[in-house]
Amino acid sequence: MDSATFAVQCLNALQYGLLLFLIASGLTLIFGVMGVINLAHGSFYMIGAYMAYALAPALGGTAGLGFIATLLVGLVLAIVLGYALEWTFFSFLYEREHLQQVLMTYGLILVFEELRSLTLGDDVHGVAVPAWLSGSIPLGGLMSYPVYRLFISGVCVALALAMYAVLSRTRLGMAIRAGSTNREMVASLGIDVKQLFRVMFAAGVALATLAGMLAAPVSSVYPGMGSQVLIICFVVVVIGGLGSVRGAFAAALLVGAVDTFGKVFFPQAAGVLVYVLMAAVLLWRPEGLFKAT
Amino acid sequence: MKTLIAALATALVLPAAAQSPKLKVGFMLPYSGTYAALGDAIEKGFRLYMTEQGGRVGGREIEYVKVDDESDPAKATDNVNKLIKRDNVDVLVGTVHSGVAMAMAKVAKDNGTLLIIPNAGAVAVTGPMCAQNIFRSSFSNWQPGYAMGEVAAKRGAKKVVTITWKYAAGDESVGGFKEAFEKNGGQVVKELSLPFPNVEFQPLLTEIAAIKPDAVYTFFAGGGAVKFVKDYAAAGLKKTIPLYGAGFLTDGTLEAQGADADGLLTTLHYGDGLDNPKDKSFRAAYQKAYNAVPDVYAVQGYDAAQMLAIGLNASKGDVSKKAEIAKAIETAKIDSPRGAFTIGASHNPVQDMYLRQVIGKDNKVIAIATKALADPGRGCKM
Repeated sequence: MDSATFAVQCLNALQYGLLLFLIASGLTLIFGVMGVINLAHGSFYMIGAYMAYALAPALGGTAGLGFIATLLVGLVLAIVLGYALEWTFFSFLYEREHLQQVLMTYGLILVFEELRSLTLGDDVHGVAVPAWLSGSIPLGGLMSYPVYRLFISGVCVALALAMYAVLSRTRLGMAIRAGSTNREMVASLGIDVKQLFRVMFAAGVALATLAGMLAAPVSSVYPGMGSQVLIICFVVVVIGGLGSVRGAFAAALLVGAVDTFGKVFFPQAAGVLVYVLMAAVLLWRPEGLFKAT
Repeated sequence: MKTLIAALATALVLPAAAQSPKLKVGFMLPYSGTYAALGDAIEKGFRLYMTEQGGRVGGREIEYVKVDDESDPAKATDNVNKLIKRDNVDVLVGTVHSGVAMAMAKVAKDNGTLLIIPNAGAVAVTGPMCAQNIFRSSFSNWQPGYAMGEVAAKRGAKKVVTITWKYAAGDESVGGFKEAFEKNGGQVVKELSLPFPNVEFQPLLTEIAAIKPDAVYTFFAGGGAVKFVKDYAAAGLKKTIPLYGAGFLTDGTLEAQGADADGLLTTLHYGDGLDNPKDKSFRAAYQKAYNAVPDVYAVQGYDAAQMLAIGLNASKGDVSKKAEIAKAIETAKIDSPRGAFTIGASHNPVQDMYLRQVIGKDNKVIAIATKALADPGRGCKM
């Protein structure tokens, strides 16, 4: 492999890793702060993708500002959905065992899949890349890189920085970090933990939904896309350390690199390499790369 | 009064006694999940033919039993046994997923129930697993691949890269392509693959761009097919390296693929714009019955019903006369909407493979890629 190809493969790895981070960050936040194992996280990704498909025609398609409008409306809907779900279902789960959490969130997967099937059908759909992002940048030879993929990477980096800033530099972030270690103490300091968790959960749902909306133009929209992404997300979260956003970031990049170069260099073993990585990390550091903060 | 009751009783009993019992057809198809639409089309096609025959075959009225196989191989054996032991079906029809079909074939081979496979292309079913009572109305994965191998060679490609999911269907399709392509002087320089159902194609597209082959052959279906075609175009490869595929690449996916699929060449045993009267009448009847345009899956269901009718008409409705049924189907010319075809020695269709081009929202048939192509049926001993 020459150096140009290698550089492009590194770009591929980075881009895939960043997208994984965007999906997995919500999962690790919800687990780290609230202690809930949320199997329905993949469904939020699926819902996001289907929203991009269903909302775009009503909001001026994907030309010009229609795409931004779709993202914004989708985000608002996702926050409302997250808020409502926390209020009706998840707020009852914090004190329960993990088995019960797994049961209920698995039930939610079935409900969301069936609702999707009833309202939008079982067909595969495509979402057009917005016209102003549809070009590609030539990289010499036959290689070129789609602008839209760079755009996704940019959004992911911006969101990662924003999350870091909020979690480590703001009062809200402080409350979140404190609430994750000692709920009662935070409550007794006069912080409305219930409200805090509701906001957190909504944010987690919004992140997964946004990832779905952003990925829809490149991944297409199809039944079962949520469960596919859920598994790799759990791998990222486990490698990174349950509940650690920093860990999820590092793990997502690592998984992206292993997956990309695995496919290129060891195609026969590409399916298991990511899991080998997970096993190796767990043997080395049973709590994952970073302990939750 | 007594005589009246007796008369009534005779009246009630007689017609039933005069008729042979109903023929129980067991559909084992995906009615939920990714392949739900395919299962539905197969059943509709099957029922359409039977309705045209007045709902009877071999003198027996038909009764349908359905099981949702969920495209889950782990549940397949249980589901088949449900149909055979609980519902006592006379005939099994199914399914879409190759892994599930293999389990069905295993059970059918062991206990002799007549099985007609209306889609799953697993080569082994009409290879090492073949049996007197197992038939396929669709294709083997090898067939479209082989046909495209000839097309690619004829179009002057010398070096080709293949890309598919690393699983049986992908390997078999690429195997067929490679066999024909290399026989005609071409060379497969690299076989790329990724684990099923992974859809992160970008690293492999970069590989293709670095290798710069004359053409790319691919086998993907469903959501993966949509994403691959879009990624291939987005990576700028569509303009420089021709993409050839097995027909599933662009079947039922054109709405989602949009302009990125325009002009793509694929091979399959069915397509749009076939100029034969049977297809025209079939399409009209299907449209009238279900208010929908039939696809290749509906055709395969329709032909599965035709094959069953041919077999059972020959045996006068007796499913136990396996030799007679097999002989009738093996010697018949099946008047399919895809064009007439016959059943080969390993019970797979011997059929024309069409070269199709995506034009608008259609897979237009532009030529016959390979005439009367028969799967070699390797390993089949009947």
